[in-house]
Amino acid sequence: MTSPKSTAATEPLLKVQDLSKNFGGLRAVNRINLELYPGDLAGLIGPNGAGKTTAFNLVTGVYQPTEGKISFKGQEIAGIAPHLINQMGIARTFQNIRLFPSLTVLENVCIAYHSHAGYSMQDAILRNKNFEVKEKELLEKAQDFLSIFHLEDRQSEIARNLPYGEQRRLEIARALAANPQLLLLDEPAAGMNPNESLALMELIHFIRDRFKLTILLIEHQMRVVMGVCEKITVMDFGEVIAYGAPQEIQSNPRVVEAYLGRGAAELSEKLQRSKAQ
Amino acid sequence: MNTSPIVLLIQKIIKKGWLGKTFLALITLLAIWQIIVALQANPSLFLQQVINGLQLGFVYALIALGYTMVYGIVRLINFAHGDVFMFGAFVSFYSITRFQLHTWPQWLFPSIPHGLGLIIGAITVMAISMIACALLAIVVERIAYKPLRSAPRISALITAIGISFFLEYFAALNFVFSPNFITYKRPVEVVTWAIGLNGITTLGNGKAPPDGTILFSNIALIIILTSVLLMFGLQFIVKKTRIGKAMRSVAYDKQTARLMGINTDAIISTTFAIGAALAGAAGMLYAIAFPQIFFWMGIIPGLKSFVAAVLGGIGSIPGAFIGALIMGQAEVLSAAYISTPLRDAIAFSILIVVLLVRPTGIFGEPEREKA
Amino acid sequence: MKNIFSKSTLWFLGSAFLIYAVLQILVSAEILNSFWNTIIRIGGVMAIVSIGLNLIYGFNGQFSLGQWGFYAIGAYAAADVTYRWQINKSADGMVVLALATLLSGFAILWLRKRLSTVRGLDPLSAFTIYLAVTIILSALAWWLGTLISPTVTNGLNLLPAAVAMQIVFVSGVVFGAVVAAEISFLFGLPILSLGSDYFGIATLGFSIIIKILLDNSDTLLGFQEMKGARGMVGIPKETSLFWVFIFLVLVVVITRNLLRSSYGRAVISVREDEIAAKAMGIDIAEYKILAFVLGSFFAGLAGGLYAHINGFLHPNTFNFIKSFDPMIIIVFGGLGSISGTVFAAFAWALILEGVLRLFLPQGFETWRFVVYPILLLITMLLRPKGIFGDYEIPFLRQVLPKIRKTSETKGTDSPLEAHP
Repeated sequence: MTSPKSTAATEPLLKVQDLSKNFGGLRAVNRINLELYPGDLAGLIGPNGAGKTTAFNLVTGVYQPTEGKISFKGQEIAGIAPHLINQMGIARTFQNIRLFPSLTVLENVCIAYHSHAGYSMQDAILRNKNFEVKEKELLEKAQDFLSIFHLEDRQSEIARNLPYGEQRRLEIARALAANPQLLLLDEPAAGMNPNESLALMELIHFIRDRFKLTILLIEHQMRVVMGVCEKITVMDFGEVIAYGAPQEIQSNPRVVEAYLGRGAAELSEKLQRSKAQ
Repeated sequence: MNTSPIVLLIQKIIKKGWLGKTFLALITLLAIWQIIVALQANPSLFLQQVINGLQLGFVYALIALGYTMVYGIVRLINFAHGDVFMFGAFVSFYSITRFQLHTWPQWLFPSIPHGLGLIIGAITVMAISMIACALLAIVVERIAYKPLRSAPRISALITAIGISFFLEYFAALNFVFSPNFITYKRPVEVVTWAIGLNGITTLGNGKAPPDGTILFSNIALIIILTSVLLMFGLQFIVKKTRIGKAMRSVAYDKQTARLMGINTDAIISTTFAIGAALAGAAGMLYAIAFPQIFFWMGIIPGLKSFVAAVLGGIGSIPGAFIGALIMGQAEVLSAAYISTPLRDAIAFSILIVVLLVRPTGIFGEPEREKA
Repeated sequence: MKNIFSKSTLWFLGSAFLIYAVLQILVSAEILNSFWNTIIRIGGVMAIVSIGLNLIYGFNGQFSLGQWGFYAIGAYAAADVTYRWQINKSADGMVVLALATLLSGFAILWLRKRLSTVRGLDPLSAFTIYLAVTIILSALAWWLGTLISPTVTNGLNLLPAAVAMQIVFVSGVVFGAVVAAEISFLFGLPILSLGSDYFGIATLGFSIIIKILLDNSDTLLGFQEMKGARGMVGIPKETSLFWVFIFLVLVVVITRNLLRSSYGRAVISVREDEIAAKAMGIDIAEYKILAFVLGSFFAGLAGGLYAHINGFLHPNTFNFIKSFDPMIIIVFGGLGSISGTVFAAFAWALILEGVLRLFLPQGFETWRFVVYPILLLITMLLRPKGIFGDYEIPFLRQVLPKIRKTSETKGTDSPLEAHP
């Protein structure tokens, strides 16, 4: 599978420059740089506590950056409220699923579609024609999203009662309903068995092509990352330590060191050298 | 982009939130100004008010500790706590007037010095009301709160309100504590000292104090001493004993504490009991200071102590203490210098202003959003 | 062509009218005496306050204990308007109130549009701006109102007295509610950013402050006719069964129409998960304010109606202990259930004010508030989620469309076929 390849001529969709975040005395993210081009399917990996989720939270406005710039479609978005960032076209999922637990599956998706509802509050309270038409459209649109994710039969189920895998899918469906250009997935395969992650990998490719999206995902399962991502950024201790295609990353000694420790890194280096000889 | 200095200034004002801060600062300054003016006009009267406030604040502190401990451990605003305080006052009242329990050392050892006998007797009465309150709290906790531990938090809160109603109106029944005001008989005589620049004189009954002196009574002394002692005791229990350690762990994470072999239900009951015991002591001290008791007496002090606990940062023991002292001063000083009918309104306004500046109270740990 | 009124709507409106008609006939035929008539009206009023609180707490998740304060504001504002008309024969109360609320209301709406574009304006600064504007405009309204009130009074006097009274009454109730809504906006602006329990305590403080102000309404606020802690008398008893039902039906319909729309879902999403809601493009501050202001508006409405039931208002009615009543009602009925709230409000009024008053044996009158908490406790222990849970009658439910299969999934391009 190939995506519309990014060339040097196109502008980056998301550009993160020297982004840092301190929590008290702890520097969770230290001057990271990141560029995503339209159509990219990129991965962000790193050991636990490397600052990946913090980076997500900075991009989506949950945290205010201590320093640095984030520009999306050429506009500076650092320090903007999260809901505005979402409305500009960045949607996300969460590491520990955050659905609206006691609402139905359909309502979950409808909420994400809210900023495109197309009727005013007065329309809603008066229940006029405009409301009827637009609300119907909205519900149908939400159903479309559900059926893409094979959740259409589940629409009136309470989200909290869905099985885990479906909750994950619903969360992605919900994120897509916000009509984003950039989708951030925080460990989408967490807790999935190999079969499920396989299906998920295909799903990610599919939605990228179907919705002309740019996707950045955090993932721990190497199989998923290596299988799905075209570019990978590796973080450790709040810093970006490597960037490149999956094969390059796999053989990068700094990455191996970050994951497995120095000894393992030296071992793998030796192995590589012996292979080359 | 136009970046004239005025625009920049406006941007800065908006960014830093100066408009709101100026507003708050103005209100605060106004209040402080009032107090300073009062201080200059009559320093000894001002000091007198501060002492009165201190006396009140220490009673509030004892009640506030119960609120803060229970909230810290089960996240429940225990609205019935104020009524436990009322119960404590009534238990001590009956121990003193009906059973004369404060005089037992004199009965048993007629040769005991009068003062020592009174002290031992009063301490006994206080212990009785503390134990009674603790028992009441354990019963309430077992019947009403424990079955609801896994229910939504609001159910427990409504239950707490129900318990509070029940205790009040049950106490108001004729054969219980009666719906009337009852005059409280102090176990000790009031001795008032007038402290002035010329030294300390003991005031006789009905005598006007000399000018420029501050009145200080043994009641204030008793309240402050007892409160401080009980607070140190509590601090010791929480910080140094096994029970205290277990309490802290349950407050931090109930599930994990249970996995570590802690009997969380027993710990929660203990917490309720300790808090109630402190409220029982506070009930007696309050009745000694303001010797009139009735079935609704717990509501307002309870509410103010609760506000004090929130002010200090609910869940924090030193926070409850500091918050209570602030509430005591705020009440007395605003009654004296700003407006008597508005003194409670001012106390609550202080709460709101503090929450605006520090959303989780003075000693509260900030809530961090986790995504 | 689809009918404007669906079946459930017809059912709802029909049965509401039927209940009203039956009750009205029973009252007119004096089968129900004035005691029960009052209890029914109190039930309706409590239903309105509690729906407001359910909007704030049950649907929006903001733990508010301030509902009673807004109820008090609505009651006293409306009572003042009708009192001035009845006793002083002057429409100045109505004119000033209407002018003040309209002027500051429009100013708030206008400013809100402007200020929302200012990036990084903190709630406290916004509050300061709104407060200053509201105070200035209210002073202006006072001046303007006293200027034109004689003309309005003369105009109203041309109408039949009963009609004029009704006009003054309804506008008093409505504008009293708007006052409550505007005050809740000002108060909610900085306070709503607090965490849930802290918000609850701040609002509790608010209702206590309001109660204390009402205790001193004649001395500190300067409204002689409110008579402070002695209680306000001489308010015309205008709240009939008819008005209670009209307002109750209106409130239920407005709440339902709002909640079962995209805006309502946004309100509910805040209760469900604030962070997820933000990440899905919901301006949570906006929807917290919306629910809070609308809930307080309902509280004010109910207050205005309450004031004209007995013709007597006392600050002790707005005591903080009583402020738990709407909270008890919504938890009783089921958080997030409008039907449950309405049911529980009437049940509460019937049991507490009616049954327990009438049927406790001689000599046991004081047991009323002993039995009541016991009933409360038993209900809580048996049904911690309230009587109705989250059940709604069909009219109030979210209507889900039929399950559709779109052409998209019938193709093979969706990768999820592999997934069982």
